[in-house]
Amino acid sequence: MATHIQPEGLADEGIAGETAPPPVRKERKLGSGIEIVLLALFMIVMLFPVLWMLETAIKETKDIYAVPAKVLSFEPTLQHFKNVFGENSPVLQGFKNSVIVAGFSTLIATLLGVPAAWAYSRFKLVAKKDQLFFILSTRFMPPVVVVIPLFLMFRDFGLLDTLLGLILVYSAFNLPFTIWMMKGFIDEVPAEYEEAAMLDGYSRFEAFWRVTMPLLIPGIAATAVFALIFSWNEFVFSIFLITDPDTRTAPSAIAGLIGGTTTDWGLVAASAITFAVPVLVFAFLVRKHLVAGVTLGAVRR
Amino acid sequence: MAEVHVRKLHKAFPDGTVAVEELDLEIKDGELFVMLGPSGCGKTTTLRCIAGLEEETSGQIQIGDEVVSGLRPSERDIAMVFQFYALYPHLTVRENMAFPLRAAKRPEAEINERVAEAARMLQLEPYLTRTPSKLSGGEQQRVALGRAMVRHPKAFLMDEPLTNLDAELRADMRAEVKHLQQRLNATMIYVTHDQTEAMALGDRIAIMNKGNLEQLGAPMEVYNRPASLFAARFIGSPPMNLIEAEVTNGHLTAAGGLQMTAPEGLSRGQKVIAGVRPENFTISATGDGVQGRIVSREALGDETIFVVECQAGLFHVRMPATARFDEEQVVAVRHVGVAPPAYDPTTEKVVSA
Repeated sequence: MATHIQPEGLADEGIAGETAPPPVRKERKLGSGIEIVLLALFMIVMLFPVLWMLETAIKETKDIYAVPAKVLSFEPTLQHFKNVFGENSPVLQGFKNSVIVAGFSTLIATLLGVPAAWAYSRFKLVAKKDQLFFILSTRFMPPVVVVIPLFLMFRDFGLLDTLLGLILVYSAFNLPFTIWMMKGFIDEVPAEYEEAAMLDGYSRFEAFWRVTMPLLIPGIAATAVFALIFSWNEFVFSIFLITDPDTRTAPSAIAGLIGGTTTDWGLVAASAITFAVPVLVFAFLVRKHLVAGVTLGAVRR
Repeated sequence: MAEVHVRKLHKAFPDGTVAVEELDLEIKDGELFVMLGPSGCGKTTTLRCIAGLEEETSGQIQIGDEVVSGLRPSERDIAMVFQFYALYPHLTVRENMAFPLRAAKRPEAEINERVAEAARMLQLEPYLTRTPSKLSGGEQQRVALGRAMVRHPKAFLMDEPLTNLDAELRADMRAEVKHLQQRLNATMIYVTHDQTEAMALGDRIAIMNKGNLEQLGAPMEVYNRPASLFAARFIGSPPMNLIEAEVTNGHLTAAGGLQMTAPEGLSRGQKVIAGVRPENFTISATGDGVQGRIVSREALGDETIFVVECQAGLFHVRMPATARFDEEQVVAVRHVGVAPPAYDPTTEKVVSA
């Protein structure tokens, strides 16, 4: 998907990339110089908290509170990370719960969303556009709006303080997204493939499974990672619907470290880093598909 | 191979568009049957109903001895070749061709044998381990043909299979399809909007328009005597000259005194539209005929098409390459050969015998 960026000032000199001469060197250099400075500034602002977190995680507690702050002149330690995974860790159970909740809710959203997206892509349905809009509209409201009603429902059904409750909520929030994103991917796979497979002797479902499915794997991977990231990072429902330290997820467990008489900032930073790493790794692994997933459907064949 | 019968087929889509009004077709065993028409005439919908990809609103489809209404495509024992080939992109050429056999759970030895046989027939042997994306359009189309033939189906359905090829390759593949159909003695239903393809391939041609059958017949029948003005305009390149004329004493006479042999079955004084093929006009520098002026000249090498302006309108005239006339030259135009078919101006149907 190559994008041709036409340099400014050359708009009237024929088609970019074919007849236009290469842009003037000097201007380009000046332009990119400013660009680089601006981007570097932006990067510093954005990365500072992350860097500070990294640094705090490997500082000893006394260095964390040092005034003036010690920037590089401290003895690094892994003690905080040992505490995160240690026996009396206040957050380890949270991580385990997060893995379960994020994993299952992603699985459920994918298992329900992919067939639904396939149906919306392939079949003529009554008021299909309205249905799809309705599905999308559930994402219009900020999640926090439904916290109170959900809390009351969960109380009546005994789902408060359970992982099942969170899995259901996250699945429900991921499903519309999964359907919409997967519909884009499935629309890109011509229906003729399935029709050919049906004429070749397979049932409709087998045709989907044997022909369309293998072509959808990258799309499913991208969609699942998005869903996973959402469930992994979600904080509002987790903190409202779960108070039991045994069933709360990592974000609220980490938040629970702050407050009280003293706050072990080293442990908070180490937990936060441990929490962020899986998402970064996943996003890195599927980064190609992520970009494809976001841009697919924007360009017609 | 088997016969295919389509009886009183009617297809309306849920949004109200009627794709096929009412259609009866009898396709014989081993016949290459062409359905020809402009886009939206219902030819592809008919084919998809036969395939089972669309459900007919009413009517009946019979393949061989079996009424297939309600059967799934996979249960109809037919093969289809699509306009965009629909080769499975994640499978090699060999696996693409083996796919229908694997669906039928045939033994591996038989699969290998059938695929090898098809590959030999279609000269695909060097490409068996490649994926479709590494093949040219013509090769992809041959793989699609191979996939259709390995299963020895009751009938082949072809949905504009050559439309996506460039002109030169299209002629080659046309010959190959015809040859293959004859070798396999296959029943083949071939949908196209290209009248040349229809003329070249078909044992019989069904011309369709707006969900109705306009004419059904052998290529030369359709060419010589189109059943309606629609068919007359559709078949032949350049198209038939359609000339308003009146039946006079043994002749059809058009404006400016142009006279044509009158066909049988007309009454004197009747107003008709005569359909004259470009080869049934001749032009000469001097001599008999009505006066005309040459507007344009297309030298095609083996023949030259002249467009001549007469009082009765613009005519296309097909002449041998040896005919030399210049543009703007004043010439005499004369009708030669058999009597042209004549059409009623209001019903647009053929009225001559």
